[in-house]
Amino acid sequence: MNHLVEYLIRGIPIGCVFALVAVGIVLTYKTSGVLNLAFGAQAYVSAATFYVLRDPARTNWPMVPALIVSVLLLAPALGWLLDRVLYRHLRTAPPVAKLVTSLGLLVAIPELVKLDFLLGATQKPRPPGIATESIVLTLGNIRLDGNQVVTIVAAAVSVGGLTLLFRATNLGLQMRAVVESPRMTELAGVNADAVGTFSWMLSSFFAGLAGVLLAPLFGQLNSLDYLTLLVAALAAAAFGRLVSIPVAVAGGLGLGFAQNLAAGYLNDLLPEVLATSIRQALPFLALFLVLLLLPGIRRTKESTDPLAGVDPPPPAPVAAVRSRGLTIATRVTGAVAVGGGTLVTATLLDPFWLRIVTQGVILAVILLSVLVVTGLAGQISLCQASFAAIGALITAHLASRMGMSVLLAIAIGAAATAIVGALVALPALRIGGIHLALATLAFAVMFETVIMPIDSVNGGSRQLRVPRPLLFGIDFASDKAFFVLTVACLCLAAGAVLLLKYGTTGRFLDAVRGSEIAAASIGISPGKAKIVAFAISAAIAGFGGGLLASFEKQMGSTTYQGNFSFVVGLVWVVLVITLGSRTVQGAVNAGLSFMLFPQLLEKGLHLSGSVAQTIAFALFGLGAMTYAKHPEGIIDAQTRRAVNAIMRRLRRTRVGTPDSDPEGKSPTVVAPTSVSAADLWGSP
Amino acid sequence: MTLLEALGITKRFDGICALNRVDLKVSAGELVGLIGPNGAGKTTLFNCLYGLVRPDEGRVLFKGEDITLLPVFKRARRGFGRTFQRVELFGGMTVVEHLLVAARAHARRGGVLQDLLLRGRPTATEQSEAEKVLALLGLTADADRPIEALSLGRARLVELARAIMNQPALLFLDEPFSGLDRTETAEVSEALLVAQREHGTTIMLVEHDITAVQAITQRLFVLDYGTLIAEGPTASVLKDPRVREAYLGVQA
Amino acid sequence: MNSADGTPAALLEVRDLTASYGPFKAVFGVSFSVPGGRATALLGPNGAGKTTVARAISGLISPERGHIWFNGTDIAGQRAYRIARLGIAHATEGRSVFASLTVEENLSLAFRRNAKRAALAAKLASAYDLFPRLGERRSQLAGTLSGGEQRMLSLARVLVDPPKLLVVDELSLGLAPVIVSEVYEKLALIKTQGTTLLIIEQYVEQALKIADDAVVMNRGEVVYAGPPTTADELASHFLIGS
Repeated sequence: MNHLVEYLIRGIPIGCVFALVAVGIVLTYKTSGVLNLAFGAQAYVSAATFYVLRDPARTNWPMVPALIVSVLLLAPALGWLLDRVLYRHLRTAPPVAKLVTSLGLLVAIPELVKLDFLLGATQKPRPPGIATESIVLTLGNIRLDGNQVVTIVAAAVSVGGLTLLFRATNLGLQMRAVVESPRMTELAGVNADAVGTFSWMLSSFFAGLAGVLLAPLFGQLNSLDYLTLLVAALAAAAFGRLVSIPVAVAGGLGLGFAQNLAAGYLNDLLPEVLATSIRQALPFLALFLVLLLLPGIRRTKESTDPLAGVDPPPPAPVAAVRSRGLTIATRVTGAVAVGGGTLVTATLLDPFWLRIVTQGVILAVILLSVLVVTGLAGQISLCQASFAAIGALITAHLASRMGMSVLLAIAIGAAATAIVGALVALPALRIGGIHLALATLAFAVMFETVIMPIDSVNGGSRQLRVPRPLLFGIDFASDKAFFVLTVACLCLAAGAVLLLKYGTTGRFLDAVRGSEIAAASIGISPGKAKIVAFAISAAIAGFGGGLLASFEKQMGSTTYQGNFSFVVGLVWVVLVITLGSRTVQGAVNAGLSFMLFPQLLEKGLHLSGSVAQTIAFALFGLGAMTYAKHPEGIIDAQTRRAVNAIMRRLRRTRVGTPDSDPEGKSPTVVAPTSVSAADLWGSP
Repeated sequence: MTLLEALGITKRFDGICALNRVDLKVSAGELVGLIGPNGAGKTTLFNCLYGLVRPDEGRVLFKGEDITLLPVFKRARRGFGRTFQRVELFGGMTVVEHLLVAARAHARRGGVLQDLLLRGRPTATEQSEAEKVLALLGLTADADRPIEALSLGRARLVELARAIMNQPALLFLDEPFSGLDRTETAEVSEALLVAQREHGTTIMLVEHDITAVQAITQRLFVLDYGTLIAEGPTASVLKDPRVREAYLGVQA
Repeated sequence: MNSADGTPAALLEVRDLTASYGPFKAVFGVSFSVPGGRATALLGPNGAGKTTVARAISGLISPERGHIWFNGTDIAGQRAYRIARLGIAHATEGRSVFASLTVEENLSLAFRRNAKRAALAAKLASAYDLFPRLGERRSQLAGTLSGGEQRMLSLARVLVDPPKLLVVDELSLGLAPVIVSEVYEKLALIKTQGTTLLIIEQYVEQALKIADDAVVMNRGEVVYAGPPTTADELASHFLIGS
């Protein structure tokens, strides 16, 4: 019993950390409708600034001015900037568009900050706390240091203040109203833009405060740690369905207690390694379970703006009408480009670039999985890199430990990954959209921090050896031969994906994406359709992962860090969605650019490798800002524009009149998306 | 023959009783209406019967089978069809594609393996079936238009056509005339009568527009404060003094 | 009906208004005026562009061309909250409520801007007086209300605190006839208190009971403006004849 109380008290400081971040997430979601995955990145900006200012080797500012600049000025300024440049224009955009934008920021912001570090200083500052390290509070045999006390106090004060703001003030009410419908709020005489900007400044201030307060938790100032902490705290926020601040705090404290109880009791029962991983996995398991089981999460489906029909319709993804001749011409061109590219790469490129292009082609295979899950099913998955890693690991274990043929191992790996994909997507039976994206994020972080470090999974300190395949007597051991094989695999995978897209699977997914309830009304099970999509997607990613392992000739912790870490996976997803998640072309372009672009920067501009990588990632992240305007991807948007222009010209030369299409079948018809508003535009 | 039967349906929201032990029976081939003043519980009852809301108490029987806990898509496979008050169509698809996907869902064939074996595209039978339904509802000219280019009246017809493709035994229509002008209302009414005649579909609708209800329904259920206060042939129910007082606000 | 021929200028004067949603032109060069202290009915079939006109007046959309004179100021293209502060209230069509706020919060949001705490309580009370159903459900989330109750809520926001000009879109849609009559009684009352009304209806009969003037639109253009008696014939011609 005594132990129990002790464990509980020990849980308070870490519980308050979770609570503080959870409150920040809830605050942003409640006041902007954005599930702000970049919250950690914003926190990192203030923390980095604070410690650079405090750094004795640099400016060596006293505590208070540094705090004022980094938290009181910089953080709200960042919020103001984000609102002005981005979120103000997204206020009526669908939640997934906001999620993708924040995902892009999550990738771009730390890279931009890092760029400053890389160019400016050689050393990353070690984070000291706000308060001095000397112990200030002793409860029995538990000691709380100054930083922990400050965190507890800050959590308590912010909860109180924010609860008061939302419950009792006019501004709080307006902030909540603006999220739901800025237009309706304006009709009540409220300046929605001003309220929205204030919301962003407040939540950004909060991120900055959390960033500075929590920095001492980490050995080194690192944006990744903030992201991991963010995902852990999401469990607490999800308890409160992303909108309740008190419940989020309770959830955060609960997580803290649970972790310490687990640490206390499990250490006696289980081997230490297992006990530690269970303790670490707890927040991610909790997040997953909350999404799977918490009643009412389903009801918190994103509320829609009743005046949404007022906005001019976004460019509709109605396919441009092509003539048969043009279709054949583009297909022939495509085939020639693929064939020619393959030939040139295989014969002319030097070994270095051949390897890069091969990696790009393999990545394109993996990214076809995004086409299935995002392009067809309309879901955002943030764990595609984990799926690829699972495929690679299974391939490696089967091939190196059991001596299985590597192609068979890849196939089995893909099939097994499909099962994992279906399990991860189980919450899809109840939820979709941003909640499902959260479940995949929880899985990705858990896989990286808990499962991957286990020796029997990663093969221990020595990497698992994976051979190159041997098929029908042809040995693919050389890089050239392997490259040709990967191109063949890409064609195979792309063909399969296209068959699915135009077959029953794709059309059912189109229906579910269009309207879940209407799909159910004709007998389609939306949950099953989404789970099938995840399974197929995981299988493709796993297949690509296996190929990559075979290409690298090894798999293990090092290969994982270099190719499959979940942050890299986030960059992939951002890149595909930006370029176009509905087409094979989008996936191929994304795969090749991801591999080629940093190298071209490095060689072309004579930059160091890490700077080139950082610039590339920052640009990829910023590219996601185009998503809200072109949800079909920028390549698709450009293609459609070109096709329309060509078709207009073709028609003009043939018919002689530019607008001889009164039936509205002309490809330039940009149709509204909301039918309820369509009646206002006159019955054609 | 009784097609749909509700027994003692009760539903509470935040302690407020939205439905209080409602019993009703719908026979095969009928066209019945569910009316009542605002907040009477019409939509709640409708959704309990259809499967979007789970009743706190009571059971729903369809052809004698207890379907109270069955999710919507399984009910659809047993013969439920539905249109929605706020039109729910599949964005980015053309009119005929809506019908083809419904046909495929109804046939319950196909899947990943079939797709990979090149058997995913719509069959000739599905095509001709879709063309028949389009012709029946006068949508042939709109077949290849994207639904985004349709007026609300046409969009409602597409919803109806999609539901008919599933050959439903029982069709639920949620305010099928709301937002339509008189010409469009007449069009949709006509389509409903055609569907009932040609396919023997049983239809249940919730509607505010009394004139339209009067014109097409054979029987009415009237709800007030979550209780069924009257049921019977349309003409006599509309004359019932309790109904007139509750619903039409006319003192008898 | 304007200052040019000596009569006092109308409270609201729409001149040559053209508006569209993206590439879809919804109204073409619409002109009409709403005299102060009177009720004007804006009638016409679905897709005639009535809602678009209402949205342009309240600033929900920016017109492409044209002027909207209110009380001597051109408000065309101004931000919605500025127009609201000038005294134009717009009850939008359908279930325009904040689903994630409670009934009481929905009402407070509308009332609080011009009211101190004590006055707020009085205004809430009169809203519940007008629609007792809302009083019963004051702490319920508006999203869980039935369609008709949501409609009542969106009307209560504008009826309790009468503005200078009230624009009501599709007033009777989704309301039981008994409630519609009550709402019209309330409208008549606030009209006598000095509020000018612009009522958009698809069902002509109701609106004409209160209207002093009528404007009929069809396919994005004004086809009739004048006294309501003849509008009845005109409207029925446009509604059924086409």
